[in-house]
Amino acid sequence: MNTQSTRSTPALLNIGRARLSLRAPSADTLSRIARALLLPLIGLLVFLFAWHIAARNIDTSLGQFPGPAQVYEQTLGLIADHKRERSREAAFMERQEQRNAATLAKNPDAEVRLRDYTGKPTFVDQVGTSLVTVLAGFAFATLIAIPLGILIGLNGALYAALNPLIQLFKPVSPLAWLPLVTMVVSALYVSDDPMFAKSFITSLITVSLCSLWPTLINTAVGVSSISQDLKNVSKVLRLPFMTHVIKIAILASIPAMFTGLRLSLGIAWMVLIAAEMLAQNPGLGKFVWDEFQNGSSNSLGRIMVAVLVIGVIGFLLDRAMLLLQSRMSWDKNAVVR
Amino acid sequence: MIAAGTLSLSSFLTLGLAQAEIGPPEKEDLKFGFIKLTDMAPLAIAYEKGYFEDEGLFVQVEAQANWKVLLDRVIDGQLDGAHMLAGQPLGATIGYGTQAHIITAFSMDLNGNGITVSNDIWERMKPNIPKDADGRPVHPIKADYLKPVIDEFKAEGKPFNMGMVFPVSTHNYELRYWLAAGGIHPGYYAPHKGDTSGQLNADALLSVTPPPQMPATLEAGTIHGYCVGEPWNQQAVFKGIGVPIITDYEIWKDNPEKVFGVSSTWAEENPNTHLRVVKAMIRAAKWLDANDNGNRPEAVEILSRPEYVGADYEVIANSMTGTFEYEKGDKRDVPDFNVFFRHHATYPYYSDAIWYLTQMRRWGQIEEAKPDSWFMETAKKVYRPDIYAQAARSLIEEGKMEASEFPDFDTEDGYRDPQTHFIDGITYDGHAPNDYLKKFGIGLKGDDKI
Repeated sequence: MNTQSTRSTPALLNIGRARLSLRAPSADTLSRIARALLLPLIGLLVFLFAWHIAARNIDTSLGQFPGPAQVYEQTLGLIADHKRERSREAAFMERQEQRNAATLAKNPDAEVRLRDYTGKPTFVDQVGTSLVTVLAGFAFATLIAIPLGILIGLNGALYAALNPLIQLFKPVSPLAWLPLVTMVVSALYVSDDPMFAKSFITSLITVSLCSLWPTLINTAVGVSSISQDLKNVSKVLRLPFMTHVIKIAILASIPAMFTGLRLSLGIAWMVLIAAEMLAQNPGLGKFVWDEFQNGSSNSLGRIMVAVLVIGVIGFLLDRAMLLLQSRMSWDKNAVVR
Repeated sequence: MIAAGTLSLSSFLTLGLAQAEIGPPEKEDLKFGFIKLTDMAPLAIAYEKGYFEDEGLFVQVEAQANWKVLLDRVIDGQLDGAHMLAGQPLGATIGYGTQAHIITAFSMDLNGNGITVSNDIWERMKPNIPKDADGRPVHPIKADYLKPVIDEFKAEGKPFNMGMVFPVSTHNYELRYWLAAGGIHPGYYAPHKGDTSGQLNADALLSVTPPPQMPATLEAGTIHGYCVGEPWNQQAVFKGIGVPIITDYEIWKDNPEKVFGVSSTWAEENPNTHLRVVKAMIRAAKWLDANDNGNRPEAVEILSRPEYVGADYEVIANSMTGTFEYEKGDKRDVPDFNVFFRHHATYPYYSDAIWYLTQMRRWGQIEEAKPDSWFMETAKKVYRPDIYAQAARSLIEEGKMEASEFPDFDTEDGYRDPQTHFIDGITYDGHAPNDYLKKFGIGLKGDDKI
């Protein structure tokens, strides 16, 4: 062990030295750095500049369209707002404890409990709510789409039977589903002490209904197009059905499945914002709508902050799926982008 | 049962005797709804100043998308109570629109609305309006000056559209009152024929627009004017979209505006909670009017936060601090534009309820004649001064308020003295609703039917 490490250290150092050497980097490396860093940076700067100029020339009835500077200012404002709300929450909890202590002093048998903070959800809270909802909705959609996709991928007759339905429901907008889902959830989801809020269930189902299709279709296609060689192997080995599904069908269709999952997650995120906005369910969509209704001179800037945050989160979700795909995929050399 | 027994007993006790203490709240976690208008202030203040917590209540206040959503959520129990239009509990109880028994024991404010027209209409009205010595338009501006403009629209075959916030809203009745007083027919409702547009025989076509969208709809040219609460009239001046021409204070001095509504089932199940809510709201209303509106700047700061009204401080301050800006630069004193406590603003008078019912009859929402006794019984079913009185007495007993700040509960019969301050000079006496209806030139009366 010891000798090995001492032996390997100089090697590492050598590599380091080689990298740090003053030899001019080749033109090839330079252009690669330029491609990786410089070009996106230039794109970003040009965009910021164009945005700044355009914003200055758009006057709305709620004041000037927010430019990068106003958006930065509103971002700081929203963060400060969040911190203020958290300190108010601490004060609220303290007041409750004092009150409970007083109640207990008067009547030791009294039942007291600590309540959640009753103040408003801040921007950061709304982001959290949206993230939880989208992941729950996406997970629910995946739980339906992958097993169903495998089934119809394996069975041509089933595929023929379900395909028209899939094609019919796939293009339906979330805004069309929403009223139906809302009414059905209010009618069926009745309990005195519900585990989840109705608004959460409504958003979740709407998101699932709209986002399960790409996963379903891609999984089916992936499973049905497994190479004949693999199928033959399975036949020769006389694999039982479940083993065939797990070892052959799922593994072989992972790339296709992930293509579907990434599309689904993207759709889920877009659908959620629209659903929250229309149904007034808590989350980023509601934040945007509330700010629009406020009509203050800060409103457009805050909405723009939300737009950028929605974009960044959408991007991060997609990258996370990509990471997951390269971890799960057996073909480590496949190009994913 | 015991609590209910003490309640009914206590109402028979005279003022000199000690009141039974209000028991612990049946429900401590409450959610109240509101619409983003400055007159939701008592709810915001009761929360921010800890008055709800003083009563052992943990309240969330939540903005609602529009009046219909708000009412539906109170009916199906998603909200425990809400900031409502005075006509909403009445309309719901008599079954106009959604049928549900809603009651109110707390009136939230007086006045607070205005009528705004677009810049174009204002320019066309202006030549008709008399000027004072300084060349400023003489107020109040009557609808008589709008009539020639509407006649021009008619001659050109174009509809004259106006926005109001809800079919049973104060704004609808005020706008109708003002138009009709100037000889402009605002149109009838005919619910028995399935016509709920309220545009039969109309010279001006009124339709529903949610308050926060009023300025945008006006700017888009979809409507030529609107009647709405603050800050949406002042917003129009600030953004240069339109000109507020009259406040409801000038249409009917000290008219009742919003109420705090709860469903009657909720009130029966949670009597102590209800009393405690009313107590907290009375204290909030008092705070809002204290020291000659001295607390208003702080109230404006609270209301301008995004979770409440959310409009800019300056816009809200314009009307909340005793002034009102009409045409840009024409700022006048209207100290009573928003009244939350003075003039017994929070007491739920039967006569206020009856006025709304007369207007529902006048415009056909109540399709056939009703005897005076019906008006009075309906008012008693919805307006609950008995609950208010009990809450007030408890506040007096706790030393938080003085008896002189309230009507004399032993003699108060719930009817204000005949009120004279209407723009058309007609006197309103809550004891004689049918006689009152007969005084109007435009509007249904007696056995009239559409």
